[in-house]
Amino acid sequence: MSITDFLFFVFAGTVIAAALGVVLSKNPVHSVLFLIMTFFACSAIWLMLEAEFLAITLVLVYVGAVMVLFLFVVMMLDINAAKMREGFVSYLPIGILFAVLMLAIMVYVVGPVGPDVMATAALDNAVKHAADYSNTEALGEILYTDYVLAFEIAAIILLVAIIAAISLTLRRRPTTKHQNPSEQVKVKRNDRLKIIKSDAEVLK
Amino acid sequence: MIGLTSYLTLGAILFAISVAGIFLNRKNIVVLLMCIELMLLAANINFIAFSHYLNDSAGQVFVFFILTVAAAEAAIGLAILVTLFRSRHSIDVEDLDALKG
Repeated sequence: MSITDFLFFVFAGTVIAAALGVVLSKNPVHSVLFLIMTFFACSAIWLMLEAEFLAITLVLVYVGAVMVLFLFVVMMLDINAAKMREGFVSYLPIGILFAVLMLAIMVYVVGPVGPDVMATAALDNAVKHAADYSNTEALGEILYTDYVLAFEIAAIILLVAIIAAISLTLRRRPTTKHQNPSEQVKVKRNDRLKIIKSDAEVLK
Repeated sequence: MIGLTSYLTLGAILFAISVAGIFLNRKNIVVLLMCIELMLLAANINFIAFSHYLNDSAGQVFVFFILTVAAAEAAIGLAILVTLFRSRHSIDVEDLDALKG
């Protein structure tokens, strides 16, 4: 067993163990933390597949932004974890049944156990790249030429997501005190100051 | 020897775990969203494995777009969840039956 095989098994085991932790843990906060662990191990797997840019993106975007968002929401909401676990045991057999069934079918199609109907086991056109090969450069070259339309659509999707998330969660509270700058700027002297004519009086 | 089948099997196992998670945690929307993220990750592993073994960068571009869409989906899903919790004070799936015909 070479060192890369050993590393693959370590990281794959971590991915599977952490994914089980996501599914089985009682506390949603622990689920989020296990999901972060899954993403880290998965990015190591992607590094082994020479997808360096995406591995780093997974850690920066997913662990850095999306998972922190999840963590915020989970901690902000007052979730009754015990009530959420109702029906866990009663759904356990059917959940395991479906998972094992799906896994058996998928491994039958691609895997080393079954007859390998798609002949994936023999497929190996992997090229050993030189040390100065840049995955980011190769990805950027096709992303900004062949896939530039899809890239712009992705940008629009992100813009829509920003607007949707803000407009969904924005709320105007009637009790909040706030200033209206345009009213403040528009104010004239006569609105604030009143000059009263009065006769001079001498107090006796 | 680690080949394409090992990576595909890993993706299949991850997908099966997240399907089981959707069955088991069907009351908690947050965990359901996390299971969907796991499913997308399983799909991404397959894309990157094929991209490596077919020596074709197009698979990595697809993963790039899946990550984009998944981030947008998570942001909107969590925003809906927050609004839902404000109005109903619960994220139990069984309480969310206002659209029931």
